Amino acid sequence: MKLSNKIATGLGTLAVTALTAMPAWAQEAAEAAAPVPNKGDTAWMMVSTVLVLAMILPGLQLFYGGLARSKNMLSVMTQIGGAAALAMIIWVIYGYTMAFGPDASESLKPFISNFDKLFLAGVTPDSTGATFTDGVVIPEYVFIAFQMTFAAITVALVLGSVVERIKFSAVLVFALIWLTIVYFPVAHMVWAAGGLFFEMGALDFAGGTVVHINAGVSALVACIMLGKRIGYPKEVMAPHSLTLTFVGTGLLWVGWFGFNAGSALEANGSAALAMINTFVATASAALAWLVVEKLFGHKPSALGFCSGVIAGLVAVTPAAGNSGPFGAIVLGAVASLVCYIFVAKVKPALGYDDSLDAFGIHGIGGMIGAIGTGIVYAPSLGGPGGADFDMGGQLVTQVLAVVATIVWAAIGTAIAIFIAKLVTGLRVSPEVEVEGLDLGEHGERAYNS
Amino acid sequence: MKLVIAIIKPFKLDEVREALSGLGVQGMTVTEVKGFGRQKGQTEIYRGAEYSTNMVPKIKIEVATTDDLAARVVEAVQQSANTGAIGDGKIFVLDIAQAVRIRTGETDDVAL
Repeated sequence: MKLSNKIATGLGTLAVTALTAMPAWAQEAAEAAAPVPNKGDTAWMMVSTVLVLAMILPGLQLFYGGLARSKNMLSVMTQIGGAAALAMIIWVIYGYTMAFGPDASESLKPFISNFDKLFLAGVTPDSTGATFTDGVVIPEYVFIAFQMTFAAITVALVLGSVVERIKFSAVLVFALIWLTIVYFPVAHMVWAAGGLFFEMGALDFAGGTVVHINAGVSALVACIMLGKRIGYPKEVMAPHSLTLTFVGTGLLWVGWFGFNAGSALEANGSAALAMINTFVATASAALAWLVVEKLFGHKPSALGFCSGVIAGLVAVTPAAGNSGPFGAIVLGAVASLVCYIFVAKVKPALGYDDSLDAFGIHGIGGMIGAIGTGIVYAPSLGGPGGADFDMGGQLVTQVLAVVATIVWAAIGTAIAIFIAKLVTGLRVSPEVEVEGLDLGEHGERAYNS
Repeated sequence: MKLVIAIIKPFKLDEVREALSGLGVQGMTVTEVKGFGRQKGQTEIYRGAEYSTNMVPKIKIEVATTDDLAARVVEAVQQSANTGAIGDGKIFVLDIAQAVRIRTGETDDVAL
């Protein structure tokens, strides 16, 4: 049972009733007394929402920024901040209503909602959204803000593959188009009642498909269309500060509790399950990456630890409330192994320049998590599934949702990058690229000494 | 007067300094440098991508000394900086044409 489905249904019903309310119905509703948000749930969701913000500013900024070269540090941070800020504004203008608004026509319903909540029309401090428990609600503004942070971090994640060479203006145009034609529809399809994957019964607790596969595949398409950085892979492009990357990793891990445990939409046992899974899957993945490095004949590295943390967080995202702790531990370890192979073996072999491994870790880790969720959900493995859980059928559903998301994200990203290229030219000049985007695009340096 | 320039492994600096102080050497200049010799640098690995840096961190010591002490300075550095492993470094000896102490204007051996 999907909570997000329920909340979407609840919100949809609310809007429909507001639109079609008859006097008799209104009287009846007044007698039944609408559910009042619990202050504990509301407080937890507000905390979760700002925790996800901390994942973006400064978490992802430091994580990605430290991995870039020092001449591009500010440009990475500004691109992430700019894209996230833009996402917040368009989310309240039309993103929310597209993803979680009232039901659209039958033919459109699997893909988007309708536009009745444009500019958050009709939402007031008294509006509520359902959670996964009947009769439990949270303020609609909190749900809107919580989901807003997901849109903001997802578009920022994509940028990891194109940094150090894409124009800032191209980032903003890309973000606008991509959110509109890729993120909002995919969020609707996975999480909203009536959405394509939701109706199929695909499990995605906190965004493995919506956030990570979506962002990772988009990152791969974007970096192939944009082209490699000058000098890649012959010149040294070592991270300029693994210290900052480590700080960013820590902030991401902390913020991820808002992401995962917040996705229960209540302060309850499901949130607690998501919380412990977010601890242990991540710990397992961090250690596993170090072991994998050793097995491949290298030293256990700091960047390996950080990479394992992110791979584990990504993999446990769809499984957070859909797995037992020991299923999550296995999931984290498997994600580390597969992500390592993609980052260290497949990427060099194929030669694409996914600069900060947005595809190698988010895309691949997301796929491992989404498909693995169909396994670890089983009660026999400690998962929360019912006794009648059909693993084979669930796995087919998970794979179908993954494949459909890959296709949707790939085509949508190709369109978004194409438009960004038409409008802005997409790529900085070779002079700016060599000198660094900090000076060339923003007129500042990250470090003056 | 001779200028002894030695490129040594950084962790050997304290031993070299003690050895030279034992000889009565009054002062030295130390610089952190990078370079390579037959050792051919070292490799860094980030997420599986290997970077050969070619440059290894070293310490450069410069000691100005009188002619009669020069041979013992070279010997002391050679012995104290030696590990027997590749990358121990090199010692160069140059002639000094003139030395002046800025504070007093004294010149040559007295200025050392």
